[in-house]
Amino acid sequence: MNPIALDPRDLAIAGALVAFDAGLSVALRLGLHRRLLWAAARMVVQLVAVGFVLRAIFALKHPLATLAVIVAMAAVAAREIAARPERKFRGGAGLALSAGAVALATVVTVAFALATAIRPQPWYDPRYAISLAGIILGSVLNAGSLTLDSLLGGVGRERAAIEARLALGESFREAVAPLLREAIRRGLLPVVNQMSAAGVITLPGVMTGQILAGLDPLEAVKYQILLMFLLAGAGGLTALAIAFGALRRLTDGRQRLRLDRLEQG
Amino acid sequence: MAEPASAASQDPQRPARLSVQGLRSGISGPFDLELAAGTCLAVTGVSGSGKSLFLRLLADLDPGEGRVLLDGVDRASVAAPLWRRRVPYVAAESGWWLERAADHFPAGRRDAARALAQRLGVGPEPFDGEVRRLSTGEKQRLALVRALVLDSPVLLLDEPTGPLDPDSARKVEAVLLERMRGGTTIVLASHDPEQGGRLGAAAAMMRDRRLERPR
Repeated sequence: MNPIALDPRDLAIAGALVAFDAGLSVALRLGLHRRLLWAAARMVVQLVAVGFVLRAIFALKHPLATLAVIVAMAAVAAREIAARPERKFRGGAGLALSAGAVALATVVTVAFALATAIRPQPWYDPRYAISLAGIILGSVLNAGSLTLDSLLGGVGRERAAIEARLALGESFREAVAPLLREAIRRGLLPVVNQMSAAGVITLPGVMTGQILAGLDPLEAVKYQILLMFLLAGAGGLTALAIAFGALRRLTDGRQRLRLDRLEQG
Repeated sequence: MAEPASAASQDPQRPARLSVQGLRSGISGPFDLELAAGTCLAVTGVSGSGKSLFLRLLADLDPGEGRVLLDGVDRASVAAPLWRRRVPYVAAESGWWLERAADHFPAGRRDAARALAQRLGVGPEPFDGEVRRLSTGEKQRLALVRALVLDSPVLLLDEPTGPLDPDSARKVEAVLLERMRGGTTIVLASHDPEQGGRLGAAAAMMRDRRLERPR
């Protein structure tokens, strides 16, 4: 069965719904219509551009081109993770940390998927590798930024408690153990919620897309289950790497709490 | 400069209990001083003069250069947690990490801690209660007890009686004097110039993050 192809006229009709929102904003003086229309236009341009890029890359089927796209996506995710927390590391430490964590989680999970469950021929077939990396990066971004935000906010808030423990001779590891647990927990919660809501409260995007594209629902569900497991793995790896990496940066050889390595908050 | 008599401080062969040599950080020091066992140094000075920074440097909570020796042993040769267990620092603002106050004391020392708290005027009810119900003064005294039960050779105390009424402050001072008689060396930051006198302490003044000692 072939998917129902959309032509520009179909999209224009659906676009009327955005115009409705804009009208609402004008009528209720929400002051949102400019931003709304701008966002809608941006979305259309960005997605069409991505469509063309992906079509070109898919046609190339070159491992380096595939890799370049994945690296570019990962770099954007790493930048977002480093930029989102309210308290940030001074200098490039935050970016180095998030880049390392993103690279680790993405490479491990994508390689795991390409080597076991999904074995495309060739393995670097961009249709699989890029799509997989994109979905996984979304989860990595979420887990990473939540973990980092929780941890960096926590050390500032709990400074007196952590230093009191250090000052009594506890090790840095003991003193920050509650924060470490809380940060990793925060990072993992979205994946847990996503899995428990899947199919009941939400129809996951990939599954919906595949069903719309004409795939048998059970086949689509199998893909979705595999993806959820991959996302869980990627989220866990990211949370772990970010939390341990950030704590390493927050201490030194004498097990001090080095809040001077954070921007003034 | 009044130094309390103590057997350890009389012996010229023995290394000083606490010896500080050229200790400095990017913003404070250099500090040089020697303290015998059982003595007290009371550091006064206006807020922001660097009293807390000095104590934190001694505790190795802030990075710095220079040497600090405990009974002749360089702290660089000792793991940081072990150093801080021997030279514990009690901050002016106490920190807590569990719900119940009593849980902040190691199980083996909880009874000793309860007895000490009682002596300082903190009864069993606050001691076994929740931290968020403690008054500032109770917190300050219990934080001091946390360091006292370590039985360390040195104590670094930042405004230990700051939030206390005079009566409670005397109780704290009595316990500190008792510890000094047992050989404990105390470095104290205090707003109260009289306190050093009551403890028989050597006096020093912190000014612009440097220590001035009257001769």
